[in-house]
Amino acid sequence: MANTAPLLEVTDLRTYFDTEAGTARAVDGVSFAIEEGEVLGIVGESGSGKSVTSLSLMRLVPEPPGRIQPGSSVRFRGTELLELDEERMRRVRGNEIAMIFQEPMTSLNPVYPVGEQIAEALRYHKGLGKRAAWARAVELLGLVGIPDPEQRARAYPHQLSGGMRQRVMIAIAISCEPKLLIADEPTTALDVTIQAQILDLLAELRERLGMAMILITHDLGVVAEVCDRVLVMYAGQVMEEADVDTLFRDPRHPYTEGLLRAIPRLGQPVERLAVIPGGVPSATAWPVGCRFHPRCPYGWELCVDAHPGLFEAGVGHASRCWLEKHPERREAVRRETGGYAAKVPRTPAEEHHRPAAATGEAPEPERSPPEAPPRPFLADPDTEREVER
Amino acid sequence: MTGPHRHLVGDAESLPPEPIPVPAEAEGAYALEPPPEPAPVRARLLSAILPGAGHVAIGAWGRGMLLLLAWGALLAIVVLGWDRIRRVPAEGTAEDYIAVATLVFALAAVWGYALRELVRPARRAPTPGDSQWRIAARLLARNRLALFGLGVIVVLYLVALLAPLIAPYDPIVQRDIVRTGYLPPSAQHWLGTDQFGRDVLSRIIYGARISLSIAFVAVAISITLGTLLGAVAGYLGGRTDAAIMRFTDMVLAFPRLVLLIMIIALFSPSIPLIVAVLGLTQWPGTARIVRGEVLSLREREFIQAARALGMSRTRIILRHLVPNVLAPVIVAATLGIGNTIVLEAGLSFLGLGVPPPRPSWGNMVADGRQNLIGAWWVATFPGLAIVGTVLAFNLLGDGLRDALDPRLRT
Amino acid sequence: MTAYLVRRVLGAVPLLLGVATLIFVILNLAPGDPTAYYTSPGVPPDVLEQLRRNFGLDQPLHIRYVKWLLAFLTGDFGYSFGQGRPVGEVLLEALPNTLLLAGVALVLVFLIGVVIGVVQAVHQHSWLDGSLSVASLFFYSMPSFWLGLMLMLVFSLKAYEWGWPIALPPTGVTSVDYEFMSFWERVGDRLAHLVLPVATLTLVLAAGVARYTRGQMLEVVRQDYIRTARAKGLPERTVIVKHALRNSLIPVITLLGLYLPFLFSGAVFVEVIFAWPGMGRVIVDAIFMRDYPVVMATTFFFAAMVVFGNLVADLLYAVVDPRIRYD
Repeated sequence: MANTAPLLEVTDLRTYFDTEAGTARAVDGVSFAIEEGEVLGIVGESGSGKSVTSLSLMRLVPEPPGRIQPGSSVRFRGTELLELDEERMRRVRGNEIAMIFQEPMTSLNPVYPVGEQIAEALRYHKGLGKRAAWARAVELLGLVGIPDPEQRARAYPHQLSGGMRQRVMIAIAISCEPKLLIADEPTTALDVTIQAQILDLLAELRERLGMAMILITHDLGVVAEVCDRVLVMYAGQVMEEADVDTLFRDPRHPYTEGLLRAIPRLGQPVERLAVIPGGVPSATAWPVGCRFHPRCPYGWELCVDAHPGLFEAGVGHASRCWLEKHPERREAVRRETGGYAAKVPRTPAEEHHRPAAATGEAPEPERSPPEAPPRPFLADPDTEREVER
Repeated sequence: MTGPHRHLVGDAESLPPEPIPVPAEAEGAYALEPPPEPAPVRARLLSAILPGAGHVAIGAWGRGMLLLLAWGALLAIVVLGWDRIRRVPAEGTAEDYIAVATLVFALAAVWGYALRELVRPARRAPTPGDSQWRIAARLLARNRLALFGLGVIVVLYLVALLAPLIAPYDPIVQRDIVRTGYLPPSAQHWLGTDQFGRDVLSRIIYGARISLSIAFVAVAISITLGTLLGAVAGYLGGRTDAAIMRFTDMVLAFPRLVLLIMIIALFSPSIPLIVAVLGLTQWPGTARIVRGEVLSLREREFIQAARALGMSRTRIILRHLVPNVLAPVIVAATLGIGNTIVLEAGLSFLGLGVPPPRPSWGNMVADGRQNLIGAWWVATFPGLAIVGTVLAFNLLGDGLRDALDPRLRT
Repeated sequence: MTAYLVRRVLGAVPLLLGVATLIFVILNLAPGDPTAYYTSPGVPPDVLEQLRRNFGLDQPLHIRYVKWLLAFLTGDFGYSFGQGRPVGEVLLEALPNTLLLAGVALVLVFLIGVVIGVVQAVHQHSWLDGSLSVASLFFYSMPSFWLGLMLMLVFSLKAYEWGWPIALPPTGVTSVDYEFMSFWERVGDRLAHLVLPVATLTLVLAAGVARYTRGQMLEVVRQDYIRTARAKGLPERTVIVKHALRNSLIPVITLLGLYLPFLFSGAVFVEVIFAWPGMGRVIVDAIFMRDYPVVMATTFFFAAMVVFGNLVADLLYAVVDPRIRYD
């Protein structure tokens, strides 16, 4: 590995919101780095803080009620973004870091033709004249795979389909050749077939332009397609970080394990879908100790008492879980209760305190046979059988 | 870092700088706050004797002072108006009885509210199980301007109802014009007198009764009619909808003021006529709003469930649709009252409203116009009354809209 | 889009017919002697008889209606008894005055209203926003006739009395000695007479427009495409003016069409107070004089303005919102 500085280096990012119910700590200590040309996936449920993280990078978080806490750091190509004045930050936005959003329906201005919306960024950032900008906009539309770009450039957003609108958003984003593209759930609002097309497009563009990407999604399938490395976020923090293969092959954090288990697979004889019991807690009241412990089948007293750090779990692999320090516990739980496959997950919260008031019941599993030592998770038919409920 | 396992935690990250205040039980549901404590007995006793004192005793200054003020004002009315009250059983009219009843009721209400607040204070924080209305009420309570508007309206209605007890002079009887006509504001006549020697303040107080009742009844008519027609049009759709909407458009096509002027002038002004015409020209607005809401509600599951259960259309409209469209209708009604007051004042100004000598704020301004430069007070004060009243209704209406509109809630 | 417009125009025709019919029906429903509609008191009986026959009043209702309608549609609005001349003439004389008043007011209302609304939205929650909101609400709650009187009191009557440098004339379109003025003096005189009536109309209506604009801007600024514009790195001014304003102006501009009839009928009070010889005053005077032909014609005119205003609103909406245009 060459000793180049990473393209983007985020250190201890904290973004809090002032709400009536208290301070919501949406992003609470997130750190990661991206190299040039790398694709990082950020995965998590709603409420995990993944979107707010991306908005914080671009400093698009509305200042009341949100605020990025002092002590956070976002270094892009060596420059500390959080210290830039608004004027210089604007020159970074759209120009060096670009972002596309989830809802192509509403993310485009309905009263201007799409060509104009692309050309606008070019005029402002690259100083192109009207004609040159328009011509380039048409080119870009072709680049993102829109047929008949000459004509389409004059169309209004409501005249295009969802997939095409997203392509337009992508065209806007790449127009100034940014070094980093942040894609916040770009395919969630689209049909599955269109999803695939958009992902292919993103992959192709990344090749061609050598762009780094942050791909935010809740869909692990998407992550498997496109990403080099993955961050799993929960409750405003990074729970696990690994490269894609390792994550799917050897997930260490119980949350990741739960997420992977929850994906139904073809050919699997299942009566009920697997769920992670419980629900995401409110950002104004993260649980004490490990934030995942109320829903975790492996938890014990330590998890309630002490907040785990990001421990190393392998090369380029980290997990925020006490199991890293006490691997024997993982075995023990799996043997005794089957972990996630347990009949009724007895978490420390339930044993030591009042029963969980939250939603989500675990389905009734059958007692599974005693388990063999842990094997690669996804591929194993025996493990899969445990999922029968 | 707490607990017996500290020694195991070699290289754990340090905890986040701020202490996490929530007990471990909190698993995503609202941490149920315990209900607020009732106030100590001493405060409650104080309140029983002097409403408001109890609140002050426990530190709720704002509300305490307001309650004291209200109580004081009501008692002042009793004391200062004792003569009149005394005479009511012997020579009182229906109005007088109503006034006394209102006074008693108001006293009881202030006393009761103060005590209840102390004995069983209302919850402040959102609680699961709150109905839409409770949530809205809480939001509204936080909006100071809206509360101010509401307060003004309550005071206004009280003033109107208590008129026989608090108006210093008779509003209609003309007095010696030479000696009492056009007197500027003074100690005897706080707001001066008009051309017939009538006290402006008293006339304004009595004018409040007329203006408020006309507006209220007219708006009541219009929202009833508008809601029904709008709901029927929206729910039944098709030809009925088209027909009703055509009719609505036609009424809307008329410039309302001109229509009002025309009809009233032709049929000679009287209060029932004004109320009827005002009410019958205002319903299209409500009808449109309601129709829009009903159209969007119509396809919702609970309506389909009702249909599947075999409910008759009338029942569906009345029991399911109407309660759900109440929110925008309430807002429209509140703003509509303000509007109607201005309109009625305008009509009275032109001589097409409340017939003299009964005072309406509008016809008082018209009177004042005749000697605008010589006696400015005759035209100015009734106008200020109008502005104040309408302002209050608008503030309340805006507040209601913000509180009831689900989209505006973050 | 043309198809859309043609459809709207065609739809307006039956509406106008309905309005005209409604007017006719109302007038004929009024209590009293039918001949009173077309005569004024103090007319000798044989003249009444003659008039009866002239106007076909001895004929049944539906025939009268048809005759009246035909006459109306061909521009024959009848004869004004209050003024002793054809109604058409009366209207033609009054119309320009109302147009002047309403036109100037309309322009000012929208300019001032939109600017204030935008400023408020951009500086939401600041003291500026707060105080403008209060002021807006204050004027919005005011009856126009009272505001007119107060303005007249302070800036005209009292101003004269107290000898202020600028004292505006209280009534009328021009001063008594208008004919003797030079050109520029005339212009100044007209302007001076315009100030108070226009100010009254403008203050009350601009408040409404400001409130509406503010609301729309606040809505728009929350939209996703504004976030996209910011993410593009555009300067805030561009985001507000080019993206937000353009979108919030759509409903505001259609308000223009809807305010048109408001201005005309709302001017009624202003015209009465300032003795402005426009349509509003004509209709009020006519009603009190029982001059029914004038009443009918002016009412119809106002109603037509409403319909026209709605059409204009639709047209503007189509022009300004591409989603409607290319449908």
